[in-house]
Amino acid sequence: MINSVGIVKAKKFNCNEKLVLSCGDVLSSFTLIYETYGSLNAKKNNAILIPHALSGNHHVAGKYKKEDKHSGWWDNMVGPNKPIDTNKFYVIGVNNLGGNDGSTSSKSINPKTKKVWGSSFPIVTVKDWVASQKKLTEHLGIDKLFAIVGGSLGGMQAIQWSLDFPDYVNKVICIASAPNLTAQNIAFNEVARQAILKDENFSKGNFYNHNKKPKNGLRLARMLGHITYLSNDTMDKKFGRKLVNNKFNYDFSTNYEIESYLNYQGDKFAESFDANTYLRMTKALDYFDLEKNYKKKLSSLFKKIKADYLVVSFSSDWRFPPSRSKEIVKALLDNNINVSYAEIEAETGHDAFLLASNHYHNLISNYLNQKI
Amino acid sequence: MNRLDFIKISEWIKPESKILDLGCADGALIKFLKENKKTNGYGVEIDSRNIEHGMKNKINILQMNLEDGLSVFDDQFFDTVILSQTLQAMVNIEKIMDEMKRVGKNIIVSFPNFGYWKNRVQVLGGKMPKSRELPHEWYNTPNIHLCTIDDFEDLCHKKNMKIIDQLFLTNNKPIKFFTNFRSSIAIFRLTK
Repeated sequence: MINSVGIVKAKKFNCNEKLVLSCGDVLSSFTLIYETYGSLNAKKNNAILIPHALSGNHHVAGKYKKEDKHSGWWDNMVGPNKPIDTNKFYVIGVNNLGGNDGSTSSKSINPKTKKVWGSSFPIVTVKDWVASQKKLTEHLGIDKLFAIVGGSLGGMQAIQWSLDFPDYVNKVICIASAPNLTAQNIAFNEVARQAILKDENFSKGNFYNHNKKPKNGLRLARMLGHITYLSNDTMDKKFGRKLVNNKFNYDFSTNYEIESYLNYQGDKFAESFDANTYLRMTKALDYFDLEKNYKKKLSSLFKKIKADYLVVSFSSDWRFPPSRSKEIVKALLDNNINVSYAEIEAETGHDAFLLASNHYHNLISNYLNQKI
Repeated sequence: MNRLDFIKISEWIKPESKILDLGCADGALIKFLKENKKTNGYGVEIDSRNIEHGMKNKINILQMNLEDGLSVFDDQFFDTVILSQTLQAMVNIEKIMDEMKRVGKNIIVSFPNFGYWKNRVQVLGGKMPKSRELPHEWYNTPNIHLCTIDDFEDLCHKKNMKIIDQLFLTNNKPIKFFTNFRSSIAIFRLTK
């Protein structure tokens, strides 16, 4: 475990202050599960928050037990002497409201009814997440975040942070993200949602007491997602037309390697992920629409931002293509905000933001370690 | 390295003004101007290694291809736009000149002078010139649009750009006479 944060433990933050959500509902209290790596310095100015993307969680780096097969989801980025260096920075990972991994969600008990929330758990937005994350960072004694580093949906949270709490954020690294989703992106999300909603075991979202869970729907949703996170080239290189047993089966069993891959990913995900969470995460993506929410053009809205920005995109990412990142850059430029932009050559599609490459990692590391 | 061009360029820049450096490499000039003139600036660069290296400094660098134009910048957004030792590598020179006019009030262009006598001697000797400013072979050079000082002045006239200042250098020393013959680098300060 060289360069690893090592064995980590998830922590729990119970917030007893109420949280008014974008949809109008109020959470009288809520819990966030989080992890931290490194230590907060005396000046309390070395904290980096890492909000997660669609299926992520608070477990960003390290392992819970030595035997764990997998490390946290961004272990290649976060750790001692890694781009987000835990020798230097105090790094916070948090599971979002409505999330799959212990924070208040559909699986939790509604304090009013003393029953599982299930489908009655409200739809939370990026803005709501940021408001709840702020309660956590305050609880941790942080006066100002050194940086927020987010990819995809995480990047949206980073933007939201710099808008809602402009004096609280020094730097934003916004990776493979967009100022809103395109119709095509919403379309993918809707197909995923329909797969879940139409699963006979979904039971309108109240399936927690049943033996059967809407695994088929989740499986399909995840399979579709995986197709869109990869580029055509990567899929060709990785799987091509390879057959699992080198012959046509002439039936509907798994025949091509790409089928095997998608089925495996779908099965794995359906075992561990909550259908209500998946529905809500995709809605949070769809509803992230700053211009509509604030009734202002992006460039006049960004007037409020005080953070410096590094915007990063990947050439083959067709879900969050470079052109979308450039919209963010443009709106920042319009307001004379300090912004750098890197368009990284990568053939791996949207997934590239999670994959290690020297150039990508050096870029992040150099940016975070800039001389003042 | 040519630092006299930095010093001279910085003399043409107003303190605390907004600058854009096109083809900024790792941002050395932006950094120089920021430190000496407190400018608020951005650089545009295409090469990933330069972007990566430039990130070490607290300056703004945007990875974009100049050939695609400068659409991320509004009209007259900058006090000064600089195109330093990049003109000769551009495919569409008129387009970038038009774009510079659009986004900047003042324009500074520097380029290797093909009319420099050492270049002429090499051409007379039957070979494409190679020098410190033009180190590549003819077949692998990025410098596809070489011009002389006189050629560039013609282009400025054609584009209705007024030359308000100029500086000619050889080996980091200013050249005053027979400039098209004796200087290896030319720096022009232009306005509309």
